[in-house]
Amino acid sequence: MPSLKLSFPVRARDFLAGGHGAARIRQVLQQVGFPPEIIRRAAIAAYEAEMNIIIHSYGGELKAHITPGAITITAVDDGPGIPDIELAMQEGYSTAPREIQEMGFGAGMGLPNIRRCADELEIKSGAGQGTTVNIIIYNR
Amino acid sequence: MGYFHSVRLEEDKCKGCTNCIKHCPTEAIRVREGKARIIQERCIDCGECIRICPNHAKIAVGDDLTALAAYRYRIALPAPAVVSQFAGQAKLEHILGALKALGFDAIYEVALAAEMVARATRRYLDNYGGKRPLISPACPAVVGLIQVRFPSLVEQILPLVTPVDLAARLARLEGMKATGLPLEAVGTFFISPCPAKITAARQPQGKRVGPDGVIPLATVYGDILKGLSSALPYPSRAGATGYGWGHSGGENASIGGRRLLEVDGIHHVIEVLTRIEAGDFQDIEYIEAQACPGGCVGGALMVQNPYLAKLELRQLVRDLPSRSMDLPVTEKDLRAEPVYPRPALQLDDDLATAIEKMRRLEATQAMLPGLDCGSCGSPSCRALAEDIVQGEAQDTDCVFVLRERVRVLAEEVVELARKLPPSMARPERGDEDAPSGNR
Ligand code: SF4
Ligand code: SF4
Repeated sequence: MPSLKLSFPVRARDFLAGGHGAARIRQVLQQVGFPPEIIRRAAIAAYEAEMNIIIHSYGGELKAHITPGAITITAVDDGPGIPDIELAMQEGYSTAPREIQEMGFGAGMGLPNIRRCADELEIKSGAGQGTTVNIIIYNR
Repeated sequence: MGYFHSVRLEEDKCKGCTNCIKHCPTEAIRVREGKARIIQERCIDCGECIRICPNHAKIAVGDDLTALAAYRYRIALPAPAVVSQFAGQAKLEHILGALKALGFDAIYEVALAAEMVARATRRYLDNYGGKRPLISPACPAVVGLIQVRFPSLVEQILPLVTPVDLAARLARLEGMKATGLPLEAVGTFFISPCPAKITAARQPQGKRVGPDGVIPLATVYGDILKGLSSALPYPSRAGATGYGWGHSGGENASIGGRRLLEVDGIHHVIEVLTRIEAGDFQDIEYIEAQACPGGCVGGALMVQNPYLAKLELRQLVRDLPSRSMDLPVTEKDLRAEPVYPRPALQLDDDLATAIEKMRRLEATQAMLPGLDCGSCGSPSCRALAEDIVQGEAQDTDCVFVLRERVRVLAEEVVELARKLPPSMARPERGDEDAPSGNR
């Protein structure tokens, strides 16, 4: 089965380049010819995952694995990690530093937004261990 | 499906200079065998290549005045921006009069229809609860851009008829009423600032709604200019808000009073559409997006400097009333035909094949130097990679890849040249037993 892997480095606090990887993923999905609704969900999930790395970590990587049946988006970072994942999944709950919230980011909608777009969502994290967010969107 | 395009290349003028390939917003141009070629499916007739070509090899094909002969009653539909080209030299009535003198029986100002569309737009926005922002359908180059590059935004194009199409319909009705002639005997001719509007009028999009012919402003410019002083004045019916559509910001001004954004110049439009696609700008109600600098006054078939034209247009209509016409048509008549995506950038119809091609495309692009120099005739390294994957180019079309190949080959040649035939080669001292040459 044909498959395609993409990967983009993401730097901490690099708001100017923020969303660049997600935009490339969207472009690729469009050129490949996925249905618009699938592309929209994948693009939003990728964007939020990328912003999470920028806001909360010391840097990481945004990856996409694309097959005809599914789009898997993985965001890996090394950072302080998420101490309480359940809490982080609540809308409006944010651990983003004040100065970032003042810039209009980190409103605590990132993970809830991802969950709304994903068919499957898995988060591996712990204090001091970094975070891996794995998002699957099925094409059906 | 085949597309009609007004933008063409005059082969004998093209020097293959690659200037145009860089500016095309849909990467629709390739230079092959010393000549630019337009990929028909991708072209949106924005006219960027006409503007940029130093050899004037890109042209727009429209109708000329001989087309009038096919009708018994002929109505001119001047775009609001058209009068800007003569502003500063004559009053509006005289400009319209000089246009009529070219062989028309009547004039129906597109500005008039624009005022009606503005009213309908206001009403539509009042009742709209869907995805924001809505995007103006008035510039066909922008609509084409959305169809080709931003297919997910197609549903955000305001589903109302454009001023040109409405003007054509109303002019036809007026003409039939005034003369008692049947539909086929009444011809409507849009005087166009741009190739995109020529193309839009020719697309076989369901039932025919637009004008019967489209005449580029540039082809009648001199004739109108000559007639300015002698022609009888022709009364204008449109107001200042309708003529405002001729420059950027004018459409929004005629709708009025909300969070309306205007953007002009195709590359700026691309920036804004990219942001909308990413989910931004949701607090904006409506976007007036025009492909040309300054709006239609900057159309590729215009003659004057766009910014001067904008100033002159504003001054010309300063004394017009800002009335807006009652709608002589029903709500249903104002509905536009639906717009569909034109997935011209898609790598393949089959998803699995497209993914495999994309994988090769990414790998190929990684081998290219990333200088986007255009020497290969494709607009960027990525576009060349795409052309290679689609079987329309080779990696050695890249001068850097070719040079590297030549270098490797040259080294091999030098290496081979050092080798002597076994009949001449002497074993080196100290290893007589070693095999010599190729046995
Ligand atoms: S008219 Fe516009 S889209 Fe068409 S080839 Fe020229 S620059 Fe490209
Ligand atoms: S801005 Fe006006 S002149 Fe330019 S392409 Fe669009 S409709 Fe034509």
